[in-house]
Amino acid sequence: MSAGNQQPIGNGLVKWIDTRLPVFSYLQKEYAEFQSPKNFNWFWNFGAILTFMLVLMMITGIFLAMQYQPNTELAFDSVERIMRDVNFGWLLRYMHANGGTFFFIAVYIHMFRGMYYGSYKNPRELLWILGVVILVLMMATAFMGYVLPWGQMSFWGATVITNLFSAIPLVGDSIVTLLWGGFSVDNATLNRFFALHYLLPFLIFGVVILHVISLHVSGSNNPLGVDPKGPQDTVSFHPYYTMKDSAGLAIFVTIFAFFVFFAPNFFGEPENYLPAAPLNTPAHIVPEWYFLPFFAILRSINFDIWFIEAKLGGVIAMFGAIFVLFILPWLDKSPVRSAKFRPMYKWFFWIFLLDCLLLGWVGGKSPDDFVMKPTVVVEAELDEIIEEAQDGRSFTSFKVVLDGKEVTSVGEFKKFIEEKGGDDDEVPAGFTEGEAVYETGLRVIHLGYLSTFWYFFHFIILLPLLGVFERPKPLPKSISEPVLGGGTAGASATAKPMEKA
Amino acid sequence: MGIVSNLRRAAAATGLAAAVAMVSTAALAAGDGKHPEKLDWQFEGLFGTVDVHSAQRGLQVYLEVCSGCHSLKQVAYRNLHALGFTEPEIKAIAANFDVIDGPDSEGEMFERAAIPSDKFVSPFPNEEAAAAANNGANPPDLSLQVKAHPGGANYIHALLTGYADAPEGVEVPEGSNYNAFFRGGFIAMPPPLFEDGVEYSDGTAATVEQMATDVVNFMQWTAEPEMEQRKKTGFKVVIFLIILSALLYAGKRKLWANIDH
Repeated sequence: MSAGNQQPIGNGLVKWIDTRLPVFSYLQKEYAEFQSPKNFNWFWNFGAILTFMLVLMMITGIFLAMQYQPNTELAFDSVERIMRDVNFGWLLRYMHANGGTFFFIAVYIHMFRGMYYGSYKNPRELLWILGVVILVLMMATAFMGYVLPWGQMSFWGATVITNLFSAIPLVGDSIVTLLWGGFSVDNATLNRFFALHYLLPFLIFGVVILHVISLHVSGSNNPLGVDPKGPQDTVSFHPYYTMKDSAGLAIFVTIFAFFVFFAPNFFGEPENYLPAAPLNTPAHIVPEWYFLPFFAILRSINFDIWFIEAKLGGVIAMFGAIFVLFILPWLDKSPVRSAKFRPMYKWFFWIFLLDCLLLGWVGGKSPDDFVMKPTVVVEAELDEIIEEAQDGRSFTSFKVVLDGKEVTSVGEFKKFIEEKGGDDDEVPAGFTEGEAVYETGLRVIHLGYLSTFWYFFHFIILLPLLGVFERPKPLPKSISEPVLGGGTAGASATAKPMEKA
Repeated sequence: MGIVSNLRRAAAATGLAAAVAMVSTAALAAGDGKHPEKLDWQFEGLFGTVDVHSAQRGLQVYLEVCSGCHSLKQVAYRNLHALGFTEPEIKAIAANFDVIDGPDSEGEMFERAAIPSDKFVSPFPNEEAAAAANNGANPPDLSLQVKAHPGGANYIHALLTGYADAPEGVEVPEGSNYNAFFRGGFIAMPPPLFEDGVEYSDGTAATVEQMATDVVNFMQWTAEPEMEQRKKTGFKVVIFLIILSALLYAGKRKLWANIDH
């Protein structure tokens, strides 16, 4: 309504249209004259980059869908037909597959930027929440898209991840059946995943529009985290940021193109070039790299917590890791936005970033692998052997003498001890001699425990406490002050160190 | 039909088990196989190209040795143009194989010689027949094998040349062969290559090493027939984007020069 009252712009046809449908004055207002803080650094480029990636994914995806067959008998071969017989089909598919990867690279940088500079704080809470909604939709879209080529990892990834829902009490199994459209991952699953994979990007597009509208109400945050105080602190979006965004986008696309043309399978799992074989489980089932941190959290809860079984606990932790992002604006109590002025948070931010990278590394490894060369323990004490065997330790070599007979089977040994009523306090008669060898040391799962703990500790304990105990540095009065005034910023601001951002 | 759906159901159940297994226990990391040696291949690098002569010999190795058991379903005879074969040569290669076509106007299926537009004819009519003829082990399709293993070409080469006597104390199961490069060490495929197993028409000595290299070059091409076009296009695209980035960056610098920020 208010837009309709604006003076129409342009002349001739443009003015005629603008009088009736003010698209041109809207663009003029929101993308040309729109005032943005003048102190953005290059991390403020990723909004534009993400918009580009979303459009690229939708365009390549629509053309791929014209050639793809969502049928278990045809899907794999139809993808290969795209790669071989469709004109520039290999380019479409490699742009789409690597596009997913670069979409996530950009979105993760965008989010960490928001965390470092406190972009989720008042008045931008809803802007942040809409961003997390986009992330969740992206994850669902990417997961279902990965199933479509119907390779080994497509099939087994889908089987493992959909099975997670069976951990939900009472309704879990019904949910899984509903997801599958049957009693296993099969044609019905592939059909509905394809339909949803095509649908969800349009939902993402819708939420992106809300995200941008919300951004244009509050205006952008900036590296100092202080609001613009007047025209001296801002520049118009066009040409200043259209130019800067174009330059950053071109650099990003150059790196993207390098992977598309010269290392198109760098981020992919080789085994997905084998057609899905429901009777042949791959040795290592791993999701795409962008899910690895969450996958690590899922696997790190491998113990029961009170009445919650390990599997359900893992699922809760994994979804909790995403859910906690929704309430981040209320967990971080500090009134200061930018980490530049938060001496303690700054360090914890970098520790948190490293923690996320560690989670990613853990997610890609087998949990029982050793991080460093393990210590080999040779155990000859009889009571210790009983204890280790009853704890379920896996031995590299095991030899005991029972009733004068040499036995190498741990199972047989445990049965013998049980029958004789012995335990590690009482070595039963008949068990006279033994030697058990096992390896011990730091395993991947131990780092999984640590990094999972730190992930939640950071959000739930550390951030609220920092808001209370951290003493922020004095804030500059305005964006122009540190730019123009240089060293004088500190002196005048020390008088009221807790001035709100 | 009933058996198949039961098997599928069983597979779904094992999927559940797999999910739990992944959460709690280790994968068989020890069984991953010996690391293949890294070799120099002409197709590698930013300007890598198909070694056409080697790939041509590789086709011969495939046709005379591998194709007895392994299919090559993604490749059509017409694709051999890319390896320098002429139309009559391709027709002659295709004509050695029969395909079932039809139905004809009488409604009958009939057999005819393959033509260039046909895909490479598979040695077995279906997976079940392939498994039945090979002690239950289904020989994988070779079209994408180079892309389907982390070691790629090096892995296939190491596997083909890596057959050896099992180390002392290792018992090789009946119907298996020892190969340290294969995951688990035991592979159903017997050593496929023997000295002078094929007679190369260009006079190249057919050593096991030579045949393995040739067939890997061929399989690299079957896995990525678009590679040369991709790298050539990519070179132009990346150069263009670097220049574009530089110009836009310079433009940005000029535009912002009079803004204090």
